[in-house]
Amino acid sequence: MSTENSTSGTTLSREDLARLVAADIAPGSYVNLGIGQPTKVSDHLRADQQITLHTENGMLGMGPEAHGEEIDEELINAGKIPVTEHPGASYFHQADSFAIMRGGHLDVCVLGAFQVSAAGDLANWSTGAPDAIPAVGGAMDLAIGAKEVFVMMSLFAKDGTPKIVADCTYPLTGLACVSRIYTDHGVFLIDQGEDGPSVTLREAHGMSPQELADRLDFPLTLPANNS
Amino acid sequence: MTEFVDTAAEAVARVQDGSTVLLGGFGNAGQPMELIDALLESGTTGLTVVSNNAGQGDRGLALLIKERRVRKVICSFPRQSDSWHFDEAYRAGDIELELVPQGNLAERLRAAGAGIGAFFTPTGYGTSLAEGKEAREIDGRHYVLEYPIRGDVALIKAHTADDAGNLLYRKTARNFGPVMATAAAHTVVQVQQRVPVGSIDPEHVVTPGIYVDTVTALDAEPDRPGNQPGGQPENQQEAQPQEAKHA
Repeated sequence: MSTENSTSGTTLSREDLARLVAADIAPGSYVNLGIGQPTKVSDHLRADQQITLHTENGMLGMGPEAHGEEIDEELINAGKIPVTEHPGASYFHQADSFAIMRGGHLDVCVLGAFQVSAAGDLANWSTGAPDAIPAVGGAMDLAIGAKEVFVMMSLFAKDGTPKIVADCTYPLTGLACVSRIYTDHGVFLIDQGEDGPSVTLREAHGMSPQELADRLDFPLTLPANNS
Repeated sequence: MTEFVDTAAEAVARVQDGSTVLLGGFGNAGQPMELIDALLESGTTGLTVVSNNAGQGDRGLALLIKERRVRKVICSFPRQSDSWHFDEAYRAGDIELELVPQGNLAERLRAAGAGIGAFFTPTGYGTSLAEGKEAREIDGRHYVLEYPIRGDVALIKAHTADDAGNLLYRKTARNFGPVMATAAAHTVVQVQQRVPVGSIDPEHVVTPGIYVDTVTALDAEPDRPGNQPGGQPENQQEAQPQEAKHA
């Protein structure tokens, strides 16, 4: 865990975020990394963590992206990028691959998002634009399947509005499924407590915890050592 | 019993106008390109296609859509950077789309093949894709009722078939093949190679021949050494020049 002295005056870059997520994944975990920004997390996983990567098109033990002569049209990841296999890899069909997810066998899934609600609802598959062609892929299965769902995103949209919200306005991918949100401005933990969900700020970057709380439209529990 | 035919054209002869066709593949991996080309040649039209995607670039399913042979597509991820033929047909109102989360698509096919009448899944609960569907709370969790998807014909790609129709696949090209093989009234498989019975260890069979109706082998030299899936890495390299021709 990288909680110690983590609150800082500057925002986290995408690379910093990927490093932070990678460090927070428990050794020995089975992990699915979503398409886009979450894919970067694999660059920062250490060999001694012994993480096994799952790709929903039917493989455990996925290795890094393939280059040159390694490229094999029949060995691709969920983003249809050619990849490689690690020793101990396995292949299985789609129903098995999604049973791995839906059945709660994956430890962690890391996804991008348009919005996350304070209750852990996820919106990441559609902007809801009327002229858009919809496509969902495995997003809804991933959202509700893994034991823990981590989201990586910028905290604010280009227009400055927060992407962690009281209620999602974008079409939902899954309800009450996100457990952590890694953003450029800080890490947020969502707890589905018996008295209802709550959001705790683990660390802040580029703003003080109080400034962050002021910008967000829901009750935010600040870290104990509030600076 | 599995029949073997010499050409892809004979293999797809059972597909009729208006058929529901289960089409294997995730992206281009595992897409039975030669069978689709034969289907294109046959002129069959008014098809409902069940597949993960809706075609990429100018190959396979994308061409069927371009030629307006597909009336409806049931898939999870139609929109891609190179899905221009689907995009055009969709925007023109020439194709109907049923969007299904990928795991629900796989499980609905599995249910069809396994004789399951319907099933409750947590995937999609509370989202727009579950609107109008029956929901139930079971042990404190919410589920949506989903129904099987059956095909008239499945067109899939495997790597090897033995004379009994037992199949081996290759890497992530396996994807929907094994489930689709169980979910259609008639399953047609294109394979890289055909081998005599006894060549595949029964412990290694992925799809048993009972699910396989028609096979066409693209490789005329089934016993060619070094073309065994699950073999040594150099064997896979040797198989590549043949695969490269439809790259």
